[in-house]
Amino acid sequence: MTIDTQLAGDIVARCLKRGATAVEVIAREETEFSVSVRLGEIDTLTEADSSALGLRVLVDGRQASVSTSDYRGPSIDALIDEALTLARATSVDESADLPEASAMATEFPDLELYDPAIAALSADARIDMALRAEAAARDEDPRITNFDRGGLGTTVGRTVFANSLGFAGSYDSTMISISAIPVATDGDQMQRDSWYDRRRTLAELETPESIGQRAARRTLRRLGARKAESCEVPIVFEPMIARDLLGTIFSACSGESIFRKASLFADHLGERVGAAGLNVIDDGRIRRGIGSRPFDGEGLPTRRTVVIRDGVLESFLLNTYTGRKLGMRSTGNATRGLVGQASVGTGNLFVEPGVQGPDAILRSVKRGFLVTELMGFGVNIVNGDYSRGAAGLWIEDGEIAYPVEEVTIAGNLKDMLAGIEMVGSDLEFRGRLAAPTLRIAKMAVSGR
Amino acid sequence: MTRDAIEFYRERFGITPADVDRLLGVALARGGDFADLYFEYTSTGSVQFEEQIVKTATRSVRQGVGVRVVVAERTGFAYTDSIDVGSIERAARTASSIARSGGSTEPVSVTVSGPPRDLYPVELSATDVDIAVKIEMLQNADAAARVYDRRIREVQAGVTDVFKIVMIATSEGVLTGDVQPMVRFGIHCIADDDGNRQVGRSGGGGRCGLDHFVGGDSPEAYAADAARQAIGQIEAVEAPSGTMEVVLGNGWPGILLHEAVGHGLEADFNRKGTSAFSGLIGSRVASDLCTVVDDGTIPGRRGSLNVDDEGHATSSTVLIEKGILRGYINDRLNAGLLGVARTGNGRRESYQSIPYPRMTNTFMLAGEDDPAEILRGVKRGLYAVQFGGGQVDITNGKFVFSASEAYLIEDGKVTAPVRGATLIGNGPDALTRVTAVGSDLALDPGIGICSKNGQGIPVGVGMPTIRISEMTVGGTKG
Repeated sequence: MTIDTQLAGDIVARCLKRGATAVEVIAREETEFSVSVRLGEIDTLTEADSSALGLRVLVDGRQASVSTSDYRGPSIDALIDEALTLARATSVDESADLPEASAMATEFPDLELYDPAIAALSADARIDMALRAEAAARDEDPRITNFDRGGLGTTVGRTVFANSLGFAGSYDSTMISISAIPVATDGDQMQRDSWYDRRRTLAELETPESIGQRAARRTLRRLGARKAESCEVPIVFEPMIARDLLGTIFSACSGESIFRKASLFADHLGERVGAAGLNVIDDGRIRRGIGSRPFDGEGLPTRRTVVIRDGVLESFLLNTYTGRKLGMRSTGNATRGLVGQASVGTGNLFVEPGVQGPDAILRSVKRGFLVTELMGFGVNIVNGDYSRGAAGLWIEDGEIAYPVEEVTIAGNLKDMLAGIEMVGSDLEFRGRLAAPTLRIAKMAVSGR
Repeated sequence: MTRDAIEFYRERFGITPADVDRLLGVALARGGDFADLYFEYTSTGSVQFEEQIVKTATRSVRQGVGVRVVVAERTGFAYTDSIDVGSIERAARTASSIARSGGSTEPVSVTVSGPPRDLYPVELSATDVDIAVKIEMLQNADAAARVYDRRIREVQAGVTDVFKIVMIATSEGVLTGDVQPMVRFGIHCIADDDGNRQVGRSGGGGRCGLDHFVGGDSPEAYAADAARQAIGQIEAVEAPSGTMEVVLGNGWPGILLHEAVGHGLEADFNRKGTSAFSGLIGSRVASDLCTVVDDGTIPGRRGSLNVDDEGHATSSTVLIEKGILRGYINDRLNAGLLGVARTGNGRRESYQSIPYPRMTNTFMLAGEDDPAEILRGVKRGLYAVQFGGGQVDITNGKFVFSASEAYLIEDGKVTAPVRGATLIGNGPDALTRVTAVGSDLALDPGIGICSKNGQGIPVGVGMPTIRISEMTVGGTKG
């Protein structure tokens, strides 16, 4: 690792010297490894180290930002000057200033985001794990006749952040993921589906064999899929799909959309936005969480925020900018790329699990649709319109009847959230967002 | 532009053709069929306007080299963000680890070759234009949106310019380069009618300079279009649900082709046998009214390239001719494995990514029908003219695309606007139901981004007005 808080602090000082009135520096360094495999062979193998640095400068309330991977040499001064020139061309925006000095993170808890076992894995061991997952998928059933893609990826990285308030912090992190997308054939029908896991530590990763087998089973259950008839029925979202809905809830409660009044949740703080029993929580400090970090993209401490409590919208998720726009304080949810203002991102955002298992939820449905895949982008968080392509399993008398494809499900987000009648107990994190099985009262299914 | 690019890497980074030969030798030192080096220097700038002020301006520089070694179907890849011989050599050694058979392959010494034409001879790149000019464009757009209707409340507008210089060297002896400008203007506005909030979006651009933005492509015209869409949605009724006749407007609705057939015709999926179109060459996949091409050679278009990201000249490829599937779009690897000619569709997001077969500008040729007549022939159906994104499952062929501006058709007349709805279909047979193709072919205004294997690249689409006898519309009104 070649970047550290010293380097970031030096660049802050150079910006101030050249005329900035406030500065933020972010630097990221990463070692990437990925192997994709297919039919028992390596398909692609990628290895690389990279690092890059981004600067946000303010000149009397006007801001601009720049980024580069070439920051070690003298060209950094030219880049700083370019940032200052750009900043002077923009407008004064009072909300764009750095956070209050007193709000900056001062403690950096060890959230166990770095696992030396991942960094130490040999290339051969990584390739072997990828091949085992792929083989397990094909060995599961003779109808698994082909393999689309899958493999293993790891990243080992460091994030450094410093600003002109004197803040400087850094953290190291690791990530490992395995995925498999097999193809199943039956007659002239061909289907694919996927399974994956993604973790901060090797010990918590699902075994390659289990990932391959689950991918195969998910693919096999789609064989024989047909269109359903158009109707209105109860809808069950399996966890992967409930997670997609949680992503939409995040967009709607993000300060970015709230301050622009570009969300159905704008003006509804403290009001009921979902069914009783629906709890949505963002926690940036879960140990080994993919969404965990000791400080956010502005150097503020991360924390736990209850977004929806028992169906009532209790908090938005905010960074400093959107907080100021709304007359509120940041919730420590700033996230940033190398260029641009910090935006709002999640920590580990989840729907608090309920008591019923997924099987009990399924059995509660007389006639309905268990959604296992959503397609397309037909979600409008401004007015709540929701219309997506879907595939899944038809439910009759509490049992899986047959697979369904080429249908849409449609409704309005307000009704969908108010209609969450059951929340499963099956919460599992495989990324920043996690949700258990959800049963929604009813939606329109369009098919035949 | 080829020589300009090669000279750029020599002057700025000291990389010579002799260095390139030596680095390709390192890449193939452990064997392999092929190796290439992709040098990239990209400067991207943006200006964002919102709440009637210039919120922020950015400039980012991305530079590096990707090294690829191919052995039969396998690819070893590594990249470095330091453009110097030592770093590239390390990357070449890493990439070479894919070749485990031993022995070494001798690369052909490179010779400079240029593409047959310059599709984007931009005199003044948007990157070099003073920021004040871009700010004025944004201010004019903001004013035009607000003047359109006083219910327009939120306006966000932005200009992004990209200036990319690439140099590509292959072990087959090719050394080429290209200078690739790009500019994109986008506007997003929200109408608020007593709490009823609706969104409209518009924009355009291409491989061109700022002089592109005049007339129908002026910031004011895009602003009025975005405002019109937002205001139009205020009165929208529930979208219908179920299977019905659908008329798609010309231009951007060509995203249908991109999703329904384009991805399924990318050669990698067909080589692997994972596409719903696998093995269908010579078969009917559309009505005989439909001829679909992918053309990377249209001057100034967003999806166009002089050479693809493997240094091969782009071309125009007939995918579907009068309803019959004729060919796939491919890259070097897949053309070689399938034993067909290269089409110049090997594309990558950046030096950090591996090239795959990707679309350029994908469109349907004009037919003979009068667009007004096409609508008059529909008793009950949906007329969709603007879309958000789309997606496809290439294995089972199911695709979706989401209408953001659509109207009911009742007794041949376009009537009420409807709320956003997703349309879903099956790629290999959706186009067999095309019953009319208009004479009004239009390409999209230059806004498309295509995503595959985690890589986003600029593309174009286009289509005349077409009628489809049956498609599933995902509304809420039965």
